[in-house]
Amino acid sequence: MPTSNRETYFDQPDEHGHFGPYGGIFVAETLMEALQELRLNYEKYLQDETFLAELDADLTHYVGRPSPVYHAARWSRELGGAQIYLKREDLNHTGAHKVNNTIGQALLAKRMGKTRIIAETGAGQHGVATATVAARLGLECVVYMGAVDIVRQEANVYRMRLLGAEVRAVESGSKTLKDALNEAMRDWVTNIDDTFYIIGTVAGPHPYPAMVRDFQAIIGREARQQMPQQAGRLPDALVACVGGGSNAIGLFYPFLDDKEVAIYGVEAAGDGLETGNHAAPLCAGRPGVLHGNRTYLMEDDDGQIIETHSISAGLDYPGVGPEHAWLKDCGRAQYVAVTDNEALAAFHALTRIEGIIPALESSHALAYAAKLAPTMNKDQIILVNLSGRGDKDIHTVAALEGIEI
Amino acid sequence: MSRIAAKFESLRAQGRKALIPYVTAGDPKPGITVSIMHAMVEAGADIIELGVPFSDPMADGPVIQRASERALVHHTSLRDVMAMVREFRTDNQGTPVVLMGYLNPIEVMGYEIFAAAAEEAGVDAALTVDIPPEEAGELLSALEKHGLNAIFLVAPTSIESRIETICKVASGFVYYVSLKGVTGASNLDLDAVKQKLDEIRKATDLPIGVGFGIKDAATAAAVSQVADAVVVGSALVNQVEALADTPDAIAPALAASLVEMRQAMDAIN
Repeated sequence: MPTSNRETYFDQPDEHGHFGPYGGIFVAETLMEALQELRLNYEKYLQDETFLAELDADLTHYVGRPSPVYHAARWSRELGGAQIYLKREDLNHTGAHKVNNTIGQALLAKRMGKTRIIAETGAGQHGVATATVAARLGLECVVYMGAVDIVRQEANVYRMRLLGAEVRAVESGSKTLKDALNEAMRDWVTNIDDTFYIIGTVAGPHPYPAMVRDFQAIIGREARQQMPQQAGRLPDALVACVGGGSNAIGLFYPFLDDKEVAIYGVEAAGDGLETGNHAAPLCAGRPGVLHGNRTYLMEDDDGQIIETHSISAGLDYPGVGPEHAWLKDCGRAQYVAVTDNEALAAFHALTRIEGIIPALESSHALAYAAKLAPTMNKDQIILVNLSGRGDKDIHTVAALEGIEI
Repeated sequence: MSRIAAKFESLRAQGRKALIPYVTAGDPKPGITVSIMHAMVEAGADIIELGVPFSDPMADGPVIQRASERALVHHTSLRDVMAMVREFRTDNQGTPVVLMGYLNPIEVMGYEIFAAAAEEAGVDAALTVDIPPEEAGELLSALEKHGLNAIFLVAPTSIESRIETICKVASGFVYYVSLKGVTGASNLDLDAVKQKLDEIRKATDLPIGVGFGIKDAATAAAVSQVADAVVVGSALVNQVEALADTPDAIAPALAASLVEMRQAMDAIN
């Protein structure tokens, strides 16, 4: 494993949004002024006591934070190695970590006088979290979602509609998350005066990767306090799934300078990395430019983005946040991948052994923890980010077993 | 003098404005693009903007997105597009060709390799939609080294300081995006365009082309009164799409549209 001699990992990005060679701003000129306006407001309000107090109050009373850390003692015993703890982001309002960020960005939108919210969504969790905060703040909300994802996440589509959002099906390209992002960008370019674009992950042009990280870092900040109280010390390893990478960076970021803590990001290996049917740009892709930033991508030799595959809609994305690309290159985090089948096995294991139904996205992190635990001692600790609950996935899992719900 | 500068100089001497049609290379099939280019020149095109297909054309509307998708069915790559320009150059040395597209195909090829290959093929300029001047340093050096112009977009949302930043690094001409939105959108406000062009002229002596929202001979003529060049894209690509099943009919149809635009522009200026 490559190691880095950096003093600190908290000095990224630079003022232009670069994480080493990654990140930056790669968008059409029409968006440049809007991104500048967003950056200035984000920098201002992140220092603003009133804003932070309002955010804190919402996270406490509306989202239900802090989310607990839970010792999965029975599962740990079964695996016969390290103790596995779960950061329970699945217990947040709306059922995933996504709301941490949408609350923050929506409060920012309100401060900036924007009346219309747009978002892209893959699994629908970010769309639901956006529709939720838009409903609460009385803002118009349009969510772009790939036509393929609309079919596999029907329940979330209905949830968004109940919340008053308009869900627009995206029929271009592969009709999944990346195409929804393209379409949301096009909407933003067209309606730039009154519209705030809430990106759901740590990708996109600066300041999104840094801003979404800062809103999600509450996960790691809490965990860093909770672990010593509950387990007597910091964990030996952190494990989180990585699609765009927002739940992962949220957990990892506050621990980056705790160099004794190993960090593992888990990508979706789909049918297996060797088959090419996967969504693992960090493990099997290479750098390129997409969706406003430079990062690792799934692309062909001509620079065309290739279609990804994962059982989990939330991980089915050909790019990844630029900070992850940087953490990979400097060796601070290791990126690994688990297959659809491994994730499914972990999904069932946690459900049956701990009585917690995890999201298929989070099941990727669990699957890697299940591999890692037996290689470690019983007094060592793995903290897994349980980024979302699995209710939304029961149709997918049932269908695989030939059951129609 | 670059081929683009020479073209604008000769047009200026004749008191004419440049007509710049856009087509996506490889749409609806790769074999047809060069003949379309020749037909457009014959119909009065002064410069050709050749679209490089990309899987994720974030700044384009549905018409040009679908053109990319049609071209990508045949795996039309950046190398293929440059080969088309090379073929075009065997019969045409005077008409500048601008490659318009997104950064990733160039990034993956490598800036230096791209610029060298583009020069060798007879390409005159690159318009890379998603690279603002702030990120363009290395690409600009490579383009300059190989005598290629760098075309940049200015948008209605670009404030004075940004216009200056853009004009400092732009060469060939400046491309003003005449409306907020993606390619193929409507609602062209001519007064607002004129006002913005006056602002841009304060920052540069380069010719200014106006694109996005030019649908027909009438809008082309109107825009040509205030701009140095008129770029027409989606209106032509719409016709390519309509005739995709009868590809031989495409070149004559595009030529007919361009002749109308050419005549309307020449009549009014």
